[in-house]
Amino acid sequence: MNDVTDIIMGVFEDNGLVVAFAVVGIIMMVAGWMSRTLTRGHIAGSALAILIGLVLSYLGGLYSGGEKGLADIAAFSGLAVMGGSMLRDFAIVATAYGVDVREIRRAGPAGALSLVVGIFGSFIIGALVALAFGYRDAESLATIGAGAATYIVGPVTGTAVGASSEVIALSVAAGLVKSVAAMIGTPLIARYIGLNNPKSAMVFGGLIGTTSGVSGGLAAVDKRLVPYGAMTATFYTGLGCLLGPSVFFFILHAMLG
Amino acid sequence: MILYGTAVLAVCLLVGKALGGLLGLLVGVDADVGGVGFAMILLLFASGWMRSKGLLPKPTERGMLFWSGMYIPIVVAMAAIQNVKGALTGGPMAITAGLAATAICMALIPAIAKIGAPSEPLPPLTAAERAEED
Repeated sequence: MNDVTDIIMGVFEDNGLVVAFAVVGIIMMVAGWMSRTLTRGHIAGSALAILIGLVLSYLGGLYSGGEKGLADIAAFSGLAVMGGSMLRDFAIVATAYGVDVREIRRAGPAGALSLVVGIFGSFIIGALVALAFGYRDAESLATIGAGAATYIVGPVTGTAVGASSEVIALSVAAGLVKSVAAMIGTPLIARYIGLNNPKSAMVFGGLIGTTSGVSGGLAAVDKRLVPYGAMTATFYTGLGCLLGPSVFFFILHAMLG
Repeated sequence: MILYGTAVLAVCLLVGKALGGLLGLLVGVDADVGGVGFAMILLLFASGWMRSKGLLPKPTERGMLFWSGMYIPIVVAMAAIQNVKGALTGGPMAITAGLAATAICMALIPAIAKIGAPSEPLPPLTAAERAEED
């Protein structure tokens, strides 16, 4: 009996990416069924599938103690390839096939402004929250503010300005919360913020910025909006890494003496 | 040949990411600045040029559309590998900072989207498009 389980586990572990296709297929089928029967089509199947993915990721993290959700369980490690940045970026670029260039040009100014507001807005909100929780030094405030931008900008800023490792870990957690909140929250509030056209999708990408949050959030609303949101979000993390340890940190440093 | 479409997509992504890395170098950060955006623009030009030259037959096009169709499944896989436990165990400050930044930025969308010429809502999904997503 043990030999049989060993053989089956061996097949799973040796064929990770293929397992991932099957697992995600099952998730999408379950989500589609839940969407049609339980919510009578009110909540999109893709939104539910993403939610199921997040729940499984949490359970995987509890079970394994790792940081890659379900992919930390050996049999499901192929999910890290399928959902990793390589194939994600590949599929995002593919969604641009057939996009109307005029829409992108028309939304250019609003998209650029949304990037500036999104990055500095997240910095300021994150720093104010850190201030409310008792942090008073420019290094910690800058790092947590940067974490409120994305979970990459946080540690990059923290390392550059010399924040403590505890604060850097908190900045990563803040960025992760933002990413998960965008994936779950976007389909719920899309209609109230007018997220149904290319321009508002570009503004959404610039304001939220975190690639996983933007790509997951827009997938759950309408896949056709993805290329517009991705167009601005692609500049967010890079600009955040540029502005966090420099302009933002210097301003905080000057204010706090 | 279906792979031609996928190969064009691949070259666009690689060139776009290289450009993003170079732009990062130029502004002095060790990060990709705009790589995916450059790749999308390259794809739009490349596919437009190929269509005008008659180099975009149906099989080639399918090599791109397949990956566009794989977008949602790939995002579901991405959701399944997020560090959700790390987000929930980050403590009240990390959760407050992340939620506040998301909520306030989302609330700003209508105001900033007013700038410039208005954009029409996308037409409802056709039956064929809906069937593709289900």
